[in-house]
Amino acid sequence: MQPAPQWMTEPCAVLVTIHFDCSLNAAPNPPLARTRGETTAHCGCVELSPFASLTGMPPNAPEDLSRTIEDLYRSESGRILATLVRLIGDLDLAEEAMHEAFAAALETWPQTGLPDKPRPWLISAGRFKAIDAMRRRGRLDAAQSDLALQLEARVNETLQEAPQEEEMEDDRLRLIFTCCHPALPSEGQVALTLREVCGLTTEEIARAFLVTPSTLAQRIVRAKAVIRDKAIPYQVPVSQELSERLGAVLQVVYLVFNAGYSAEATGAGLSREAIRLGRLLLDVPGPDLLPEPEVMGLLGLMLLQESRRAARSSAEGDVILLDRQDRSLWDRDQIAEGIALTERALRSRRFGAYTLQAAIAAVHAESSSAASTDWRQITLLYDRLIRIQPSPVVELNRAVAIAMYAGPEQGLSLIDDLLAREELADYPLAYSARADLCRRLGRVAEARAAYEKALVLIPDEARQQPERRFLLGRLEELK
Amino acid sequence: MKYICLGYYDPAKHAGMTEAERNAMVDECFEYDDHLRANGHFAAGEALQPRETGLTLYWKNGKVASTDGPYAETKEQLGGILVLEARDMNHAIQLISQHPALKYGSLFEIRPAGDLSEMMKASEQRRGKLTAR
Repeated sequence: MQPAPQWMTEPCAVLVTIHFDCSLNAAPNPPLARTRGETTAHCGCVELSPFASLTGMPPNAPEDLSRTIEDLYRSESGRILATLVRLIGDLDLAEEAMHEAFAAALETWPQTGLPDKPRPWLISAGRFKAIDAMRRRGRLDAAQSDLALQLEARVNETLQEAPQEEEMEDDRLRLIFTCCHPALPSEGQVALTLREVCGLTTEEIARAFLVTPSTLAQRIVRAKAVIRDKAIPYQVPVSQELSERLGAVLQVVYLVFNAGYSAEATGAGLSREAIRLGRLLLDVPGPDLLPEPEVMGLLGLMLLQESRRAARSSAEGDVILLDRQDRSLWDRDQIAEGIALTERALRSRRFGAYTLQAAIAAVHAESSSAASTDWRQITLLYDRLIRIQPSPVVELNRAVAIAMYAGPEQGLSLIDDLLAREELADYPLAYSARADLCRRLGRVAEARAAYEKALVLIPDEARQQPERRFLLGRLEELK
Repeated sequence: MKYICLGYYDPAKHAGMTEAERNAMVDECFEYDDHLRANGHFAAGEALQPRETGLTLYWKNGKVASTDGPYAETKEQLGGILVLEARDMNHAIQLISQHPALKYGSLFEIRPAGDLSEMMKASEQRRGKLTAR
């Protein structure tokens, strides 16, 4: 999945970053919505055809109870699904069983009242629904009938006790690692994680990544087929495999986060999901049984970037860069948590690129203004980042940081060297950074030319309008 | 959310079945419909009589004209419509993937139901303006 052009998802550029926006409908569709109109049973067909007519739908649950069930769906469906996947061993069957368990709740609870512990009730209902489904399939298809018996035995074995809270969290981790398995195509990993772990609908994910629901649905179908065909197990990998597999998971989480890094409030949903996933991953024990440093680093990075959400765009949806943000709008709680995580990761001495980016974000978070920021320290952090993750985009950010303390000429000559290497020839932010430094040096004609070049490189699409408006605004200032 | 599932079948293939085969197919399909209904997924559905029983209306030379049957001449014809209540597109795919008719050579096109409420609101406003004039 390419939620954004590659240049947009590169590590965060502190001064020059213009992130793309994407719109995720903030209000998810109500799950299991029922038809209100009653239908009548009638079949006047002459030729028998495999398509039946109607009979009445199950009765509707009272408003408040169905709302409770919807809320439960939103908060619990991810956990319940993950546990059912472990018990049933088949993602599709578990999903269907989960939906049917909620449908059963809609039907049963109006009579019986809300159970004391809805979650175990739903898991148990899901197990029985799965057994029913396997029996049905077994009856229709002899090949499935053995499978049905096996499953029934397994589900019955585990039927006795309700799973503990901790066990359920482990189930979710198992499912994340399966969804982010490297055998799956990368775009399938992202889509599957958002749908199966975060509980978003196909349509919501499609909107966020600007593809049609049918395209996204196919990615999910294909990813599930890989899991099935390669019999990818539902488990968290152990020690030596862990760090490699964890890298793939963190990449998916960061892609999700970046997809939500939007000038518009509607992108907040995806970022929130990414942060939630990051918190879940804190429970993956590393070799020393502590959370893996890069998990802390990534979560810290996401929290520190998210802390600026309210400040980084105007009410009109225009981009506001770091140097012009109202820092009183930054979320202090997210900053405190982000910094604490980053410090813990740095102390481990086993940190990587996410932690270094978090450390850079932390330096900004601790500064009261762009002018009082410790740009030398930021430059040193970029130096280390370049060593472990060489990238022209990181070099560009480093050049901007150097310009902040050594003067625009210094930064400009570094950027011109970078542009001469041509790796960033189509990267709009390289030109807007050059333009900014020229502007500060009073070289107006050059600044205008560079802003115009950047503008040409940003597609004239609806979602890129904030970036285009930003550049047009700068051009206007130079008139 | 609602998904309209258009089921296509090949009448020649159905005609070539033995009675026992046809009965097995029909029984399985109805049983699956019952299963969908029991779980609240079956919002509506109608079988269609064969193509030759229908006709097509269109506009020609400023008037409505009619012709026998539909235009498209394909081996498969639309046999029925099922309105499915599913959480999302992949849920709909999963439910229809288990439809027994598939095994018997039918195919399904799954289309999300369109939401015309915005369009209707805009249209009502336009029409309201006209009558106010």
